[in-house]
Amino acid sequence: MGNSRIKWHIVVFLAPAVLVYTAVMILPLFNTLRLALYTEVDQSRVFVGLDNFRTLFGDPLWSDAFWNALGNNFWFFFIHMLVQNPIGIALAAMLSHPRLRFAAFYRSAIFIPTILSFVIVGFAWKLILSPIWGIAPDMLAAVGLKSLYAPWLGKEEYALTTLALVSVWQFVGIPMMLIYAALLSIPEEILEAAEVEGITGMAAFWKIKLPLILPSIGIISILTFVGNFNAFDLIYAAQGALAGPDFSTDILGTFMYRTFFGFQLQLGDPHMGSAIATGMFAIILTGVCVYLFLIQTRIRRYQF
Amino acid sequence: MKKISLSAVLLASSALAGAAYAETVLTIESWRNDDLALWQEKIIPAFEAQNPDIKIRFTPSAPAEYNAALNAKLDAGSAGDLITCRPFDTSLGLYEAGHLTDLSDLGGMANFSDVAKSAWQTDDGAATFCVPMASVIHGFIYNKDAFNELGIEVPTTEAEFFAALDKIKEDGTYIPMAMGTNDQWEAATMGYNNIGPNYWKGEEGRLALIEGSQKLTDEAWVAPYRQLAKWGEYMGDGFEAQTYPDSQNLFTLGRAAVYPAGSWEISGFNNLADFEMGAFKPPVQNAGDECYISDHTDIAIGLNAASPNAEAARTFLDWVGSEEFATIYANALPGFFSLSSFDVAMEDPLAQEFVSWRGECGSTIRSTYQILSRGTPNLENETWNASAQVIKGEESPEDAGQRLQDGLASWYTPHQ
Repeated sequence: MGNSRIKWHIVVFLAPAVLVYTAVMILPLFNTLRLALYTEVDQSRVFVGLDNFRTLFGDPLWSDAFWNALGNNFWFFFIHMLVQNPIGIALAAMLSHPRLRFAAFYRSAIFIPTILSFVIVGFAWKLILSPIWGIAPDMLAAVGLKSLYAPWLGKEEYALTTLALVSVWQFVGIPMMLIYAALLSIPEEILEAAEVEGITGMAAFWKIKLPLILPSIGIISILTFVGNFNAFDLIYAAQGALAGPDFSTDILGTFMYRTFFGFQLQLGDPHMGSAIATGMFAIILTGVCVYLFLIQTRIRRYQF
Repeated sequence: MKKISLSAVLLASSALAGAAYAETVLTIESWRNDDLALWQEKIIPAFEAQNPDIKIRFTPSAPAEYNAALNAKLDAGSAGDLITCRPFDTSLGLYEAGHLTDLSDLGGMANFSDVAKSAWQTDDGAATFCVPMASVIHGFIYNKDAFNELGIEVPTTEAEFFAALDKIKEDGTYIPMAMGTNDQWEAATMGYNNIGPNYWKGEEGRLALIEGSQKLTDEAWVAPYRQLAKWGEYMGDGFEAQTYPDSQNLFTLGRAAVYPAGSWEISGFNNLADFEMGAFKPPVQNAGDECYISDHTDIAIGLNAASPNAEAARTFLDWVGSEEFATIYANALPGFFSLSSFDVAMEDPLAQEFVSWRGECGSTIRSTYQILSRGTPNLENETWNASAQVIKGEESPEDAGQRLQDGLASWYTPHQ
């Protein structure tokens, strides 16, 4: 009988978060999905079903841009997974070494870029890499490697990779911190037991610590995935909404922005923009589901 | 206690209401954040002196964000009373969506020619919805000291132009031309649409393109790309990553000799450059050819249809059409030339040089702005991309023309 009574305190405590989250996240999300099913004809909104998606994937003008942006997005993600996360893990492993001095200083210094605004990071790196005022050409010249310098942000073949690396520089602190926390939570006894068995140094990292931090690495991968597929700010700050040169740095975020809000003489089209946003949502949802149902359930967890 | 605070609130609110009754505050939306000082120090005081009961607030946003921000504000109903109008379709769209008021009956409108108003009219010319403020003229600004030092004459033909650039390059003291392709728009605006009118014969070619009797693959439209293809070698090292502010700084620091320009640069350059500057118009193909310049209707101001202060706003707009406004604006902002039919005297020598071309050459506006950028793909944005690609040598002029023509033909009936 007691179970059928409504537990009012739970409702009351949940209400603020649920209301705020619904108002600023859930409603806009569904409204965007809905907007994608309409188009504008003579100043009035008309329901067109899946026509916008047909245009997006069927019309080469739109689909080429979409696949280009998606491909660039995957490359952006690939660079992060290849560079950011291994470096983050390596840094965390070094920081957690008991004999490292100034560990707190390194930790803060590496983490600081994460709290900077994208605009500052984009602008600062644009200046650093600038062929005219930048210190990159001079620094390379100082070590005799001037010939390696190229105006990276202006070259189609390098621009996206360069920006991905800038983003890695900015965010490497996050995997580092998460892994660092995971490493610290490994009980001493396990490491001592391993030592007794003769597993020390690098072997201890590969055989004991790494398997224990795998769940954290999984979380970091999915955070990177979601972050990268929602990325926009850095590209916009560094290359503008046209994501030059020749759309080589165009990712889904910039493509959506250009379409939704318009650009220069191109008028904004909220309906096609929403269709792209829906596409992004579907991609991210798929990625997260794959992780949750296929990967996370298979990672072995250890209870200490 | 409660009573006191309540009456205090009432008092305060009645005081506020009193203030609001005494004067109307008009807010102006604009992308010209560079002009903030000019508005606050010159234009607004001049207007308020005559209309003490109207207060003006100039609230600009960044140029690149203006259109998106304005649309969002208009849809949300939070936009200012007066809207600075971009030329052609951006503003036409706002008018058709009911965001701008028809101003055809405004007294000040009589002071503008039809060409001046064309950028802010419906296609049939029946309604004008913004009061024209200024146009900008394209050409090249050059470093006079550098030209004197190297003994270079101001070029008038294509051959002389490239000979001059070769000479500067050979000497090596100066970067021949300050321009980059990172931001893309300079390549199209200060490149293609700067030199192009000489090839497509100004209005004649522009209107023929709209009509469909000329194509972007025609020689007149591909030839400017052929010129641009030669520009790359005269730009500085790493021009691919050089931004617009980089180019401005390179030139004003005296490190570059020629700057493909729009006249809007004049006031900024006057403040920064400590050498003497001159200007020359886009070179013609052969000596004696008739010249054409891009005299682009660039900026106007209209009335937000949702404004509660329409009466006061009309008073202000009427004043924008007056000779007084034209004189203040043209002199405070050399390089923005009045579109009104008044003969406005200007003091800046560089601005005088630019405006003198109006008498010698045929005037036209940027080819992509009227009607042709209505569809997807957007011809203006595609032209940015094509111009930058051609300068970098990554696309041939013919391929660029073909790509733009295919894009245009995909949605524009006169070209199908």
